[in-house]
Amino acid sequence: MPATISVRDLCKSYGDVVAADRVSFEVSQGEFFGILGPNGAGKTTTLEIIEGLRRPDSGEVSVLGLPAWPRNPSLLPRIGVQLQASSFFERLTAREQIRTFASLYGVPPTAADAMLGTVGLTEQAGVRTEKLSGGQAQRLSIACALVHDPELLFLDEPTGALDPQARRNLWDLLRQISGSGRTVVLTTHHMDEAETLCDRVAIMDHGKILKIGPPAALVRELDHPLRISVQSGLASADELAARTGAQVGDDGVSLTVATRDPAGALAALAGSGALAGLRVQGATLEDVFLSLTGREYRA
Amino acid sequence: MSEPVGRPGGERASTGEPVGRPGGERASTVGGFASLSRAMFLGFVRDRAALIFSILLPVLFLLFFGSIYKNTTAPKIDLVAVGRVALLREAQAADPRGLAKVMSVTEARSLPAALAAVRKGTDDAAVLQRGSTLVVRYSIADQTKAAIVTSVLNSIVQAANQAGHPARYTMAASQVQDKSLKSIQYFTPGLLGWALASGATFGAAITLVSWRENKLLRRLRLAPVSTAALVAARIGIAVAVGLIQLAVFLAIATLPYFGLRLTSAWWMAIPLVVCGILAFMSIGLLVGAIARTQQAATAIANLIILPMAFLGGAFLPLDFAPAWVVRASYAMPLRYLVTGMQNVMARGEGPTSALPAIGILLGFAAVMTVIAVRVFRWDDI
Repeated sequence: MPATISVRDLCKSYGDVVAADRVSFEVSQGEFFGILGPNGAGKTTTLEIIEGLRRPDSGEVSVLGLPAWPRNPSLLPRIGVQLQASSFFERLTAREQIRTFASLYGVPPTAADAMLGTVGLTEQAGVRTEKLSGGQAQRLSIACALVHDPELLFLDEPTGALDPQARRNLWDLLRQISGSGRTVVLTTHHMDEAETLCDRVAIMDHGKILKIGPPAALVRELDHPLRISVQSGLASADELAARTGAQVGDDGVSLTVATRDPAGALAALAGSGALAGLRVQGATLEDVFLSLTGREYRA
Repeated sequence: MSEPVGRPGGERASTGEPVGRPGGERASTVGGFASLSRAMFLGFVRDRAALIFSILLPVLFLLFFGSIYKNTTAPKIDLVAVGRVALLREAQAADPRGLAKVMSVTEARSLPAALAAVRKGTDDAAVLQRGSTLVVRYSIADQTKAAIVTSVLNSIVQAANQAGHPARYTMAASQVQDKSLKSIQYFTPGLLGWALASGATFGAAITLVSWRENKLLRRLRLAPVSTAALVAARIGIAVAVGLIQLAVFLAIATLPYFGLRLTSAWWMAIPLVVCGILAFMSIGLLVGAIARTQQAATAIANLIILPMAFLGGAFLPLDFAPAWVVRASYAMPLRYLVTGMQNVMARGEGPTSALPAIGILLGFAAVMTVIAVRVFRWDDI
C-alpha cells in the first residue's frame, strides 16, 4: 500500500534562506505524525508544499498517491486543513461559519451542526467567532477542517497561545480525531505536545530533518540518566553516592540522584526510608533536541 | 472523551477512494457561490463601521448639504443680447414665465457695448447668434453666475436641438429651472458617486488584505471552490451594496423636503452604478494586492478616493469648478460615474447619454483588474 504522504529530497529556498533542505519522510495511513521544531525551522513551508500551495524547487511529494504539485483539485475534498484560530469569515456565528465551510464541500447543514457538537460547541453555536475564547475558536477551526470528513488532516500549531487547561482539552479532542483510520499531520513548536500526541515525530531545524521516530524511542535512544528526586535531607547525599555509584546532589530543596540504574537507586532510597516527595524524571524531546543541535531548545 | 470521532465513511479510507458527494463538483461550486455570498453579505450588514461609512455618512452629507441649500435658488442672471438672438426669443416665447424667473434679457446695439456692460458687472453675459452658433461671453468674476449662465444657455440650446415640434419644446424649457437651480440635483449624484466609490474601493481592499492576513484566503484555496466563484460572490455583494446605496439616496433626495426631481432616463443610473462599482472594486483590488496590512490599505485607498472626490466632481460640481479641476477630472473614473448619473438623473438627457461613461468605467475596470491580478499574492512571502 502506498504511503499517505511521501516526501523525497524536498528542497525549497526563498532567496538565500533555505526553508527545506533535502527533506524526506513518509506518513502512513492512520498515523499521527508531528513535525517539530523551533519557529523558522521550515515546518510550515514543508506543510504548504505537501498541501499543494507552494511549488518545491526540487524533490518529489505525493499525497494520497497523487503528486502534490501542481495543485490537484481532486485532492482538496480528501484533505482537511486547520490554519490559525482567526481564519474565519468576519462577524459570522460559529454555526454560520461551519455551515459556510460545509457547503463549500457540498456537506449538508445538519452534518455541520453535528460536527459542532462533536467539538463541544453546540452551546456556542450562536456566538460570533470574534467572541469565542481562544480554545473555543481553535475547536471551531478544527471542526471546520473536519466537516467534510477528510482522510488526511493538517493541523498547523493548533495550540499556540492557549492556556494550559484549554491545551489539554484540545489534546483530548485531537486524540479522538486521530481514531478511525484518519491520518493527522501536525506541526508544532511545543515539545510536550509532540510527545503526547504523535505516533512519530520528525525533528526539524534550519530546514533539515534531524531525526524521525516515535517520541519514546527517540528519548530512549539518548540513554540519558534518570533523575530521581525526593525531599531534601531525608538521606545523606555522600552515603547514597557511595552506595549506588550514582551522581547525587542535595540543593536544600531536593535530594536528586541521576542514574542509569533506577532499580538500585530506588532500592537504596527505599532502604533509607527516604521516598517522601518521590519524583522520577526521564529525558524529554527537549534533551533530544539539545543533543542533536548542541543548543537549548527555544520555541 | 476517549471515544474516537467517528467517520461516517470510515471503511472507505482503505480503498483510498473519496465518497461521492451528492451533486458532485458542480453542485459544490454553485453552493460555494451561494454560501460565500451569504457569508459576505452577513459580514457586511453586521459591520457597523462599514454601514456607517458607506451608507450613513454619505446620507448625512446629503441631508446636510440638502438642508443648507434647500431654499437657495440661484441668483437671477442678467443677459445682454447683441442684436436679434433668435434662440433666446424662441425660448422666451415658449416659456415666458419660467425663463423670467431665471434671467432677464436686455439688448445692446453692439458687441463692444455689451462686453463693457459685462466687464462693469451690470450684466453677467453677452449673447449673440452667428448663424447656428450661440456665442456667449461671460465674466468669471462670479463663478456661480458664470456656471449658471453656461448651464442655462446650454439647456436652451439642447432643448432647441431636441425640439421636434413646439409642444415638446415647451416641456424642455420648463425643466430649465429645476435642473439648473436646485442644488439637490447636483449634490445627489455627486455624493452618491463618492459613496459608491469609497464603499467599493475600501470594501475590496480591506477584504483582500484581511483575508490574506488571517489566512482565510489560503483556507479557501484549499477548499474545492473555484476562484471564479469567490470573485463572483464578492462582486455580487459589492453590486448589491451599491444598489442599496442608490435606493437609499434616491428615496431620501426625492422626499418633498429635498425635492430631487428624477428625469425620465434615471433608470440608466442602475447600469452606471454597476459599472462604477466594478471600476472602483478594481482599484480596491489593486490596493489590496499591494498593501500588506489593513492600515496601509486604508491609507492608500484614502489617498486615492479623497482627492478624486474633489477632482471628480463629487463634492464640487464641475460646472462650478475652476478650469484646472475640470481638466483634471477627465483622468478620474469618478467623473464619469458622477456626470453620467447627473445627465440621466438630473439633466434630463436620454438613456444613451450614459453609454460613453459606462464604456469608460468598464474599460478602466478591465485595465486595473489586469494590473491587480499581476500584483496579486495569495498569501505573504
